[in-house]
Amino acid sequence: MTTNPATHLPVLDNQPNSRRGFMKACGATLGLAAWATALKPLTEWAADMNVDEFLQKHYRELKPDEKQAIFRRLEADCKAEHGVDVKIADPQPNDGVQFAYALNLSICIGCRKCAEACSIENNHDRKTNNSYIRVFEMEMGGIDFEKGDATYDHPVPQPDKFYMPVQCQQCENAPCVKACPIEATWQEKDGIVVVDYNWCIGCRYCEAACPYHARRFNWEKPTIPAEEINPNQGYLSNRIRPQGVMEKCTFCLHRTREGRMPACLEACPTGARVFGNILDPQSEIRWVIENKRTFVLKEELGTKPRFYYFFDE
Amino acid sequence: MKTMGKHGLSRRLSCLIVVALLCGCGKMSSSTTLTQEPAGSDATLAESTETETAVQHTATIRKPPPVLGAVFRVEVTGTNATSYEGHLQCAACHSLRSSNPDNSKSSHLDEFHQGLRFSHGQLSCVSCHNPGDNYSSLRLADGKTIPFEESITLCAQCHGPQYRDYERGAHGGMTGYWDLKRGDRVRNHCQHCHDPHVPNYPKFYPAAAPQDRFQPSHGKEGASHDH
Repeated sequence: MTTNPATHLPVLDNQPNSRRGFMKACGATLGLAAWATALKPLTEWAADMNVDEFLQKHYRELKPDEKQAIFRRLEADCKAEHGVDVKIADPQPNDGVQFAYALNLSICIGCRKCAEACSIENNHDRKTNNSYIRVFEMEMGGIDFEKGDATYDHPVPQPDKFYMPVQCQQCENAPCVKACPIEATWQEKDGIVVVDYNWCIGCRYCEAACPYHARRFNWEKPTIPAEEINPNQGYLSNRIRPQGVMEKCTFCLHRTREGRMPACLEACPTGARVFGNILDPQSEIRWVIENKRTFVLKEELGTKPRFYYFFDE
Repeated sequence: MKTMGKHGLSRRLSCLIVVALLCGCGKMSSSTTLTQEPAGSDATLAESTETETAVQHTATIRKPPPVLGAVFRVEVTGTNATSYEGHLQCAACHSLRSSNPDNSKSSHLDEFHQGLRFSHGQLSCVSCHNPGDNYSSLRLADGKTIPFEESITLCAQCHGPQYRDYERGAHGGMTGYWDLKRGDRVRNHCQHCHDPHVPNYPKFYPAAAPQDRFQPSHGKEGASHDH
């Protein structure tokens, strides 16, 4: 093949370097500017500010109207999917309130009314008869969950057994919150540990971290007959969860933050459950903790539960 | 912590001002109550304090359910002189008959109240029912007559610890508000769970078990128990 220098295509090497140089310079300038902008907030980091405070200041929170837009969208989604008008609210923690719950093992008869009420109140999957409460029928003489039975099906109470409902203990030092890799679960000011179902990625680390087996995973989309859907819903509590996210007891925050009792307490026929504000010295819960023989479950783990168990005698 | 010291003086000063103001108010209010006192009766005073703390809601006790065959009216099941069938007031019979303080078993009741189940310690009928009032009321251990509606007081004579717990909201079912500043509460009566004649809580089937992945129902088809 003969070569004719006149027909040679232009070789890049022969071109002047100016275009590439220009592009590089542009890129570097932009990069530097972006870097400087990104680091700018650091200049506002005062000496008396810790990391959390700093991050909080520079974290863009949703404005109230943006939140409302999200709730309306979720309500519309529910209407489209289930044909039910629901009301999704986001009740905030009350000032001066720290919730605590106590359960009297001496008078619990294991009727599972609490679990049933929980299932209805919190829009749980009906197919699995799910709820946030697991009632164990326990051998007398100790607390050994290995010998406990949560699926008993005979008349209660059996004479040689005691009954121990277990639900989220709303730990002050919650292992589930620490396990979450994306901060989709956290503890609110009033002590309730909540999950943002739209933020959760369903990794189930929290489920594994919970020593009380109190968290549930939505393996499937919950199935609830339309007429049984509870329309009074909270964004962080009982709204219908999507598939593939974690869920947990929230002490019915959509009720309790409005001053009402949790659904499981109202369902309890014996009054084994006591709920209230532990900061109020006149409250029933405070009287129980101060005057009864109370204990917390798995105290040795240092989780500091807000859920207490007690005996009468 | 260091900055606290800086503001210490100004805080003390402001505290003093607040205290002075409070004293002033206290004097004013005490003088007004003094002037009001001759005009207002006890009732109006109570009213005014109520309006001040109007946010406090109440806990009411539900009306007790009827006790089988024993409250106010009794179903006539036996034979009687008039062959009357229906319901009678207690005094209809008991005003004509003298009381039998030895009756302590339902098997003793062979003319009326047959089939009444009774299993409540060593009690007899007149431990609670008042023969002095033709059985139309209840009677405390000290002889004091109380109406049927106040039976809780009667229960509390023997079941002190339970009554104490009940008073403190730690016994007996309830619905409503944990926060009485925001709403009312309705509480169960003793009799909602404890039939006075057979006070032991009856056994019954629990609500359906969960379909627990970790605890299958021991092969007893239990979770499909759908009552």
